[in-house]
Amino acid sequence: MNISLRVNGRPVEAVVEPRLLLVHFLRERLRLTGTHIGCDTSQCGACTVHLDGRAVKSCTVLAVQADGCDITTIEGLAAEGELHPLQAAFQEQHALQCGFCTPGMIMASLELLGRAIVPDDREIRAALEGNRCRCTGYQNIVAAVRTACERS
Amino acid sequence: MIPAAFEYAVPRSLEDAVAVLADCEAGTAAILAGGMSLLPTMKLRLAAPALLVDIGRLRELAGISRASGRLRIGALTTHAELLAAPELAEWRVFAETAGVLGDPQVRNRGTFGGSLAQAHPAADWPAVFLALRGVACLRGSRGERSVRSEDFFTGVLTTAIAEGEILTHVTFPAGDGRSGAAYSKMRQQASGMALAGVAARITLDTAGRIEESTVGVTGIGGAPFRARSIEQRLSGLLPTPSILEESCADVPEADPTNDLHADADYRRQLLRVHATRALTRALERARSAIP
Repeated sequence: MNISLRVNGRPVEAVVEPRLLLVHFLRERLRLTGTHIGCDTSQCGACTVHLDGRAVKSCTVLAVQADGCDITTIEGLAAEGELHPLQAAFQEQHALQCGFCTPGMIMASLELLGRAIVPDDREIRAALEGNRCRCTGYQNIVAAVRTACERS
Repeated sequence: MIPAAFEYAVPRSLEDAVAVLADCEAGTAAILAGGMSLLPTMKLRLAAPALLVDIGRLRELAGISRASGRLRIGALTTHAELLAAPELAEWRVFAETAGVLGDPQVRNRGTFGGSLAQAHPAADWPAVFLALRGVACLRGSRGERSVRSEDFFTGVLTTAIAEGEILTHVTFPAGDGRSGAAYSKMRQQASGMALAGVAARITLDTAGRIEESTVGVTGIGGAPFRARSIEQRLSGLLPTPSILEESCADVPEADPTNDLHADADYRRQLLRVHATRALTRALERARSAIP
């Protein structure tokens, strides 16, 4: 099946099998390997990308469902080589250890940015409920998201 | 994990979707909405439909509206939309339920109608659908029909939706200024689904007595069900905290599952606790709804 979509602002056309998962399309066809596959069962959130502005788990979306949509992956955040505020805050606050969950954590947190009221830690934790870190780094992840929200 | 190969159809309208389904051999097609339950099942190859009919783009099936004293929720309305819908302010039970369901990414894709149509025995919306006495509207090649919530769930993962029919929307009575509803749930830690989930609605009469209550239960075992024993005990009473608690002491229509997550006695206890909590909050909301 033919699909045409925008990925990180760039138009993409491809012929895909209907059963191809969006995460495999991004990683293997477009070589955007920043989006990780952790559990592959929609639990861990490592594969989180934005589809038409909303965070989704790309291991549980078919590439054909993204036909005509706008996709943003972690590679689409840094403009002109300058880190996105969330990326900078994750670096500053030591919000990653092994880094496997980081792209998903950042893409899930993105929905919190740009709101009129800075979310409190409880809201940040609730927003990250669909993301797992197995280095037990949640404390610093929450601090990083709070820092980025305060600056945005 | 990769699903088994399938054909993929993207109907342009509800009529098209019904026609595509009517052309299929029974049991070979599956309807894809948000995919939050169906796709994981297909990845595990517990389901391998030959044809996937993607109704996810039919915007006519999404959104919330109000007509002649009833609220209408399109089947494709997402959990995230229900979490933030100003049209549903009078029934806070919708935001309350959406907020304890899945996680943010799942709420962005998963749909209200998909949850009801799948009828998972531990899904949350079935309890709310029962407690608010919703009506499901179905469309098939022979036209439209409606099914009351109490007749909708016919077993585990089984509903009154017939082969070739699509759940298009659900309607509920709008708030009447003397009713309140609430949902209370014990989350299974890993899946987030309900070990026990109870939705309750209370309508008060002018003297502050319970004119009518409805209690929907999920997660306990078997199909979601109405706890009619509680409803009957509460009818006509002037509610107090102890009356609400006593009314939930025994629910003979419950047939709790025994599994590794919770044994039957624990589920029975969870049912008592969460039924009491849901009724208590529903009562507070009914009282605060009275002008």
